[in-house]
Amino acid sequence: MAKHHISFNLNGKPVEALVEPRELLVHTIRENIQLTGTHIGCETSHCGVCTVDLNGKSVKSCTLLAVQADGGDVLTVEGLASAEGLHAVQQAFVEEHGLQCGFCTPAMLVRAYRFLQDNPDPSEEEIRWGMSGNLCRCTGYQNIIKAVQSAAKKLQQA
Amino acid sequence: MDNANDANNAPEAEDQLKGVGCSRKRKEDARFIQGKGNYVDDIKMPGMLFADMVRSPYAHARIKSINKEKALALPGVHAVLTADDLKPLNLHWMPTLAGDVQAVLADEKVHFQYQEVAVVVADNRYIAADAIELVEVEYEELPVLVDAHKAMDEDAPVLREDLVGKMDGAHSKRVHDNHIFNWQAGDKDATDRVFEQAEVTVKQDMYYPRVHPSPLETCGCVASFDKVNEHLTVYITSQAPHVVRTVVSMLSGIPESKVRIVSPDIGGGFGNKVGVYPGYVVSIVASIVLGVPVKWVENRMEHLSTTAFARDYHMTGEIAADSEGHIKALRVNVLADHGAFDACADPSKFPAGLMHICTGSYDVPVAHLNVDGVYTNKAPGGVAYRCSFRVTEAVYVIERTMDVLAQKLGIDKAEIRRRNFIKAEQFPYETALGWEIDSGDYHTALDKVLEACDYEGLRREQQEKREKGELMGIGLVTFTEIVGAGPTRNCDILGVGMFDSAEIRVHPTGSVIARMGTITQGQGHQTTYAQIIASELGIPSDEISIEEGDTDTAPYGLGTYGSRSTPVGGAATAVAARKIRAKAQKIAAHLLEVSEQDLEWDVDRFKVKGVPGQEKTMKEIAWAAYNDRPEGMEPGLEAVDYYDPPNFTYPFGTYLCVVDIDKYTGVTKVRRFYALDDCGTRINPMIIEGQIHGGLNEGFAVAMGQELPFDEQGNILGNTLMDYFIPTFVETPTWETDYTVTPSPHHPIGAKGVAESPHVGSIPTFTSAIVDAFSHLGTTHLDMPHNAYRLWKHIRELDLDKRS
Ligand code: FES
Ligand code: FES
Repeated sequence: MAKHHISFNLNGKPVEALVEPRELLVHTIRENIQLTGTHIGCETSHCGVCTVDLNGKSVKSCTLLAVQADGGDVLTVEGLASAEGLHAVQQAFVEEHGLQCGFCTPAMLVRAYRFLQDNPDPSEEEIRWGMSGNLCRCTGYQNIIKAVQSAAKKLQQA
Repeated sequence: MDNANDANNAPEAEDQLKGVGCSRKRKEDARFIQGKGNYVDDIKMPGMLFADMVRSPYAHARIKSINKEKALALPGVHAVLTADDLKPLNLHWMPTLAGDVQAVLADEKVHFQYQEVAVVVADNRYIAADAIELVEVEYEELPVLVDAHKAMDEDAPVLREDLVGKMDGAHSKRVHDNHIFNWQAGDKDATDRVFEQAEVTVKQDMYYPRVHPSPLETCGCVASFDKVNEHLTVYITSQAPHVVRTVVSMLSGIPESKVRIVSPDIGGGFGNKVGVYPGYVVSIVASIVLGVPVKWVENRMEHLSTTAFARDYHMTGEIAADSEGHIKALRVNVLADHGAFDACADPSKFPAGLMHICTGSYDVPVAHLNVDGVYTNKAPGGVAYRCSFRVTEAVYVIERTMDVLAQKLGIDKAEIRRRNFIKAEQFPYETALGWEIDSGDYHTALDKVLEACDYEGLRREQQEKREKGELMGIGLVTFTEIVGAGPTRNCDILGVGMFDSAEIRVHPTGSVIARMGTITQGQGHQTTYAQIIASELGIPSDEISIEEGDTDTAPYGLGTYGSRSTPVGGAATAVAARKIRAKAQKIAAHLLEVSEQDLEWDVDRFKVKGVPGQEKTMKEIAWAAYNDRPEGMEPGLEAVDYYDPPNFTYPFGTYLCVVDIDKYTGVTKVRRFYALDDCGTRINPMIIEGQIHGGLNEGFAVAMGQELPFDEQGNILGNTLMDYFIPTFVETPTWETDYTVTPSPHHPIGAKGVAESPHVGSIPTFTSAIVDAFSHLGTTHLDMPHNAYRLWKHIRELDLDKRS
């Protein structure tokens, strides 16, 4: 199968990849570029553990072709922390015990990051709906909600 | 140092230790929040190939031919293996955990839909996925058996041709070709006699549907055989890596010392990752054959349809009582659907797990349990899904039946439980089915919940709502769990007793590394084990590293499931730490030139009794252990303990749930869920609470929406996350938690284990609440899942949805 040469910004740095037209973005990120924080849980857009940020929107990278990211801006969990340290959502997940096995966590954080950009002061109800594309089997969600709330507060103060 | 200073010093030191009882933040989080977890699918090795499975579209069919040619011709395909290829290695069948055998790849016929028929090994997952489509399998369909009730009919199709005529089953005589075992516990005659003379009897049939644990990470492995050194390394999603190594060694003939099993980070287990699946075996075989690493990771659909399900029990609970509701006898009958191969994860002595804890929290004078296991054309492997083997079923049957009894006698369900509880002064209490419940205080737990939730107020509100024709239900469950498997006399896997282990090493500078036989899948072992060691040794938990999951370095242990890590692994940790402290005391005595008896322990140091200032901290002792020790003493400061518990532990709880059901749509709103748990000593309250939230959420999923249904042809209906209900943020209720503390008398630190309690306890609570909403109309039981459609149908049957 003929391959396409694509290039995009990943966590602020330019990357290139040679991909089959059918290759999924999640595989390009995980296998080709070898950043394994983004996970695979269902490959059908249901679980959300593959969520990344593409051009300022949360997307499920298991059902997006890599070629669709060509020229775009992609953010994964590896890009959340900065030189100044962890991002407020990362800190809040630790503080509020918002994770257990950690499998859903990277995508949960990437989604929380985007959600709070879109809605900096969400109600609990809004958090529930806004985060509902990401499943977690371990935490029962309660502490994740707390973490998103507390990250929202911190970000507003910042 | 004077006395006043000392007094101030101790609590401060204790604070720094972050020991037992402290909500210490989790050590493991740092890697997960930065995408630095290391799960099986993250493992990459040079030259690694990818395996994918050809699966049967039929539930029961003879394989007439398999043609691999087209698949092999596809560039990038390295091998296509079938049962015939595994036969010369004697690996086409494997032993199961339950004393049966299971086809690794279908041998002449398939027994359930999506059964593994062939494996393709290719350069990458895309080519492998293309290649499985090119493997041509010709099937001849056979009659299908899906209804467990028909399994032992005279004209039922015979499923296991390999067992025809072999009527000596692993657990008992088999009475039919589709029969697996009959298992009984208790005194049948005595129980029957009580039933004959009882003032009141109740009987309730119930079906506990087939469900699936479905952690977000599916199962998988990377097998790598080094031909030169004859060393096999397998990275695997396993809750029991040591046992996997033993099984792999037994099957492959490779010495156990040359097999290394690594369970890296695991993305949730919940019992699903205990068993050995065909995908693991074929990856290992492929790696041995091809001499390169082979990765196999299943997708969600494969996971839901073929790796171990849970439950699928048809149960009947019967209670004989007096007119005041005092239980006189309990009778439980079960028809257990185990699928096509008996691959249940149960200790080998109990063909139906710990089902005989079905006497619950009650003083039941006499009881009898009867379980028959049967084969059907469904996937094998009933696992202990967030429970100790079959405790979930046991608690469900007793709690449902108690509600039915309360209803029949018109006694409130809280009151009937109170009347029948084993009393605090009766512990240790021997149950009619032979368990010794170590401790408990059920009345206090119940009263605390009733008060916290204003139970009487809720009942009044319910009465008012009923008068207005609204549906409100109050669920109440009081459960006792049996966890911490277990004493090796009771519990084993394939003959290996279920002890567990800890190996602790204190370095000269006083930092610690400890390795465990258990393996975390989100329970936070790195955090909590360190807290136990911190409290026992007086070394800050931040300076203690915990490692698990690598059989080359960790001591042999039976793994993590059935809430056994704290009761067994945690006990081993405390005992090993105490061995170190005993040696430390000798060294301290030597350093202080006093006798051991003159010393007392104080948080993180030994002090000479009555001589202020004469003391040695654990750090000083650690240094001395390597360079200034009593004559004749071995250098170093380390210990290992293999802990075989004297008994199980028995956490318990009281759960209350309030639901409102819309009588036009059947939609349920969980208004309140209050969970009080008693897991004995609480090591890390934050982690405990998190585990309870998670367990409640999984219980909510099971009760309110999950099932793996099959049609008459054995097609599984609903094996994607589109159909299989996993609650999102939106459906999930808010959880309220509470606790009492009744330490286990035999556990070194009094801890009992907690993670499965909320699952086991919540499921019958939801059913209790749902049924309660209709109980004034005569409803005594409704089978799960209580989704809107099923409730709406019930509402229609009761004619409640008419608008006046
Ligand atoms: S893997 Fe993409 S949504 Fe599940
Ligand atoms: S922490 Fe395990 S799935 Fe969310």
